[in-house]
Amino acid sequence: MEPSNTRDPRYYHRVVDCQWACPAHTDVPQYIRLIAEGRYTDAYMLNRVSNVFPGILGRTCDRPCEPACRRTRVDGKPVAICRLKRVTADLRESVRHRLPEIPAEKNGKRIALIGGGPASLTVANDLMPLGYECVLYEALDKLGGLMLTNIPAFRLPVRVLQEEIGFITDMGVDVRLNTRVNSLKALVEGEDGFDAVFVGVGAPRGKNLELPGRYDSDRIHIGIEWLESISFQHIDSVGERVLVIGVGNTAMDCCRAAKRLGGQDVKVMARRGRRDFKASEWELEDAEDEKVEVLEYHSPKEFVVEEGVLKGMKFDIVEWYEDDKGKQRARPVEEVFIPCDDVVLAIGQDNAFPWIERDMGIEFNDWDMPVVDRGTMQCSLPGVFFGGDAAWGPENIIWAVEHGHQAAISIHNHCQGIPLAERPAFGMNLISQKMGIHEWSYSNEYNPASRTPMRYVDLEERLRSIGTEAELGFSVEETAREVQRCLNCDIQTDFAANLCIECDACIDVCPLQCLTITENGDESDLRQRLTAPAENLAQLLFVSEDLPQTHRVMVKDEDLCVHCGLCAERCPTAAWDMKKSDLLIPYAGHEKWPTIATV
Amino acid sequence: MTYITKPVARHPKMRHNALGLTPRDYEGTMSTLCAGCGHDSVTAALIQALFELDVEPYRVAKLSGIGCSSKTPAYFVKEAHGFNSVHGRMPSIAAGSNAANRDLVYIGISGDGDSLSIGLGQLSHAIRRNINMLYVLENNGVYGLTKGQFSASADVGSVSKRGEINRQGPIDPVSLALALGASFVARSFSGDKKQLVPILKAGIAHTGFAFVDVISPCVTFNDHKGSTKSYAHTRTHAYEVVETDFVPLRREITADYGHGDVRAVTMHDGSVVRLRKVAEDYDAANRGAALEHIADVRKRGEVPTGLLYLEETGQDMHGFENTIEKPLVDLRYEDLCPGREALDELQKEWW
Ligand SMILES: Cc1cc2nc3c(=O)[nH]c(=O)nc-3n(C[C@H](O)[C@H](O)[C@H](O)COP(=O)(O)OP(=O)(O)OC[C@H]3O[C@@H](n4cnc5c(N)ncnc54)[C@H](O)[C@@H]3O)c2cc1C
Ligand SMILES: Cc1ncc(C[n+]2csc(CCOP(=O)(O)OP(=O)(O)O)c2C)c(N)n1
Ligand code: SF4
Ligand code: SF4
Ligand code: SF4
Ligand SMILES: [Mg+2]
Repeated sequence: MEPSNTRDPRYYHRVVDCQWACPAHTDVPQYIRLIAEGRYTDAYMLNRVSNVFPGILGRTCDRPCEPACRRTRVDGKPVAICRLKRVTADLRESVRHRLPEIPAEKNGKRIALIGGGPASLTVANDLMPLGYECVLYEALDKLGGLMLTNIPAFRLPVRVLQEEIGFITDMGVDVRLNTRVNSLKALVEGEDGFDAVFVGVGAPRGKNLELPGRYDSDRIHIGIEWLESISFQHIDSVGERVLVIGVGNTAMDCCRAAKRLGGQDVKVMARRGRRDFKASEWELEDAEDEKVEVLEYHSPKEFVVEEGVLKGMKFDIVEWYEDDKGKQRARPVEEVFIPCDDVVLAIGQDNAFPWIERDMGIEFNDWDMPVVDRGTMQCSLPGVFFGGDAAWGPENIIWAVEHGHQAAISIHNHCQGIPLAERPAFGMNLISQKMGIHEWSYSNEYNPASRTPMRYVDLEERLRSIGTEAELGFSVEETAREVQRCLNCDIQTDFAANLCIECDACIDVCPLQCLTITENGDESDLRQRLTAPAENLAQLLFVSEDLPQTHRVMVKDEDLCVHCGLCAERCPTAAWDMKKSDLLIPYAGHEKWPTIATV
Repeated sequence: MTYITKPVARHPKMRHNALGLTPRDYEGTMSTLCAGCGHDSVTAALIQALFELDVEPYRVAKLSGIGCSSKTPAYFVKEAHGFNSVHGRMPSIAAGSNAANRDLVYIGISGDGDSLSIGLGQLSHAIRRNINMLYVLENNGVYGLTKGQFSASADVGSVSKRGEINRQGPIDPVSLALALGASFVARSFSGDKKQLVPILKAGIAHTGFAFVDVISPCVTFNDHKGSTKSYAHTRTHAYEVVETDFVPLRREITADYGHGDVRAVTMHDGSVVRLRKVAEDYDAANRGAALEHIADVRKRGEVPTGLLYLEETGQDMHGFENTIEKPLVDLRYEDLCPGREALDELQKEWW
């Protein structure tokens, strides 16, 4: 193999599994260290730079970082990254004075943001400090998008949402509530004169289920509309027996909401088996803790409505099998009737752009979705950008945020006459953590503590009101314990081949058998010849330059390294050193990094 | 020195031996030696050898004298028995404990100072008695613990860290052991586990005194230019005379050597040590020829390595003394101390 280029910011970025998995590249290990030092406010601000909504995301994020967390591979459970993020929001002091300054003098460019969800808000967050004027159009009378209308208050208190949205709108965004954009053409060609338009309208249409009886009762609801009505307090009760159709995250919110509005017997009806559920494991756990029943292999067949009254639903119990082409197919084995008073359909969302004229130069594909460039977020009409659920269908908040960051970079380039493809580059600082012969500026001791469980409000109390936040958050003590589980994956084992005398000390001491000195070879061969075979192909192999004495190479399997620093401690020549890699993430307006230090 | 405890986290796919243990179960406390010391690599090689031989940790007895090398028994098999004796006296302790309990696996760790200066007389008699043990001499050419004075194994012309030149001729541990009649004589290098581990395993399987001289560089006081015991010098001057392959009892012998240069020696426990000579006219069964060959190689300024001599047929100390099979701890009190009358009876022999 070629020697690894650890000076390319991507190399060490990939070693920080959580940061690599996070769409917005949140610097997780660094914020966890700040929390460990009790610097909650600094930790909050560090989060805010990349993910903009730490309080919201600390409660609701889809957490792609957690399954990626190296700790999972070492002791089975990831660090509670998401709930530690919430800690930064819960325990911080006021941050108003630390928010970016907004120039009094504007740069003369006007940007229209359509939709008031996390995607548009992020664009505003990134552009306001650069002197842009942002006009935000929202159809409803409040901002937040699905975060407000669909994520129930028992998961996300409104005050948390409002405060973090306020940080952005208070930058001077021109917010126009109750203003639905009904014609993009009118907006673009109108007298307002926008230099760029960002479309962040989400995927607003809940999927329907066209089965016999669908329109014979008013007790059959579309999930996302139903949740919105609850959020706006147009609905405050439900029947005793509720069936929720679908088993994604929306279904989880629907069944838990039903439990709080008077539902006693709430069932989630799934066509597939548990292994194939779309809902996150933790959301499913929360629902089952609240005594929601989850039934597998029930395929909806018919709504049974008698004299205008919903009686229940018929289902086929199905069996899954693989057809000749290897595709999973269901065959009915038995029909069952399940009585109920309400049905909530939570089977997905669609996009809808009836307000975008098709003759404007915006290309739509066969699925009636705008054709949007993955890198620049621009559609086929220059100056019009998409992001969040509006771009490629329903995702989640953290993706909406990242789309917002990228769209902001593009809008800035567009307005400054810079080609969109000339995007500011990632940078990296790499700084030795050595403090003394065997002292490091980070806590390198491995703490075997198991994952700290979240505590909840007592069940009865929890179900009494939809506004009661279910999770209690971590206490200071729980936080102090959980932060120690982080493996400091950003404190890199950095190798200087010219210094190595091949004494084997690092190899002998490494508790996870990460290191090997051996003859070079191609990757698949090398992976088999290491101290422990490197079977996780998703993880990098570090390969050094040739070693001075025997011309073999040092190989490190990054997979299980716990960043304990013992290799560096036992190395007599400091060929290994522990260096903090600080990923410098580009945002709109950053053309270059002020310093790139490699120490 | 490292202050943190070694992470308890383990590789999930770590190998298990026949006892269900992993190599990590054969570790000791964290080493306090200088980072990069060859001795730590010898420790790692011992851990690997004991793990692969499925030795029960409680059946190991670790013995040593004084020196950095003699500190290392603390760093492997923490559940073993151990005795850290005074300088140069480990062989006496080995003789005594082995006499009392022949069922344990005795591992003596010593240094060139401990064995060739203050303890030379002790070493000689341990060889003469053919005590059943593995005796590892971690050879760095200096007294590491007392800050780097030349030891009796330092070569003529070797330069100390401060620039002095050694003028007294060295004692070559391997030639000495051969001359004294040792039944198992080997030399290896801490930086070459591929060679060292099979030798250590063979030494453990050997019945009798298994003497292994391991060149084990002192990174702090003897790893500079001008040293003849440095990593770089050993790498460029080591000359493997015999290749060693250890085949445990349970494993089928599959390696096909395909030529007549291989001698297979069956050990008492049924395992097989295969010796493949690299040097053409070398014979690891002929003591006199071996001595001569080694002297020639040394004259060329090279360091002969490998399992240099092996004889698996002789008697060990218990054989000479015709002692009881059972460890003394396993005897009934009445048999161990048969009382005054039995003593009187015994003493009549010398009246
Ligand atoms: C029930 C449910 C639970 C969810 N839970 C989570 C969760 O826990 N974690 C997570 O990360 N994600 C969750 N999501 C997904 C997440 O909420 C969305 O991915 C995210 O909000 C998308 O952000 P956005 O900015 O693209 O659009 P949205 O949040 O959908 O916001 C779009 C906004 O645009 C407005 N709008 C639409 N059309 C127009 C128009 N023509 N003119 C003006 N305004 C318009 C809408 O009123 C809305 O306010 C959930 C989704 C649902 C349905
Ligand atoms: C009776 C006695 N004499 C002298 C010493 C001082 N002393 C301690 S270690 C040592 C030499 C150790 O050298 P070596 O056996 O080569 O071990 P190394 O540290 O090099 O591994 C000496 C002379 C002592 N501890 N006890
Ligand atoms: S930091 Fe070094 S010693 Fe520790 S696990 Fe990683 S490679 Fe091994
Ligand atoms: S401890 Fe240092 S000098 Fe020794 S092999 Fe490892 S990197 Fe090389
Ligand atoms: S002084 Fe030399 S022999 Fe002693 S621990 Fe340090 S390197 Fe090893
Ligand atoms: Mg010595």
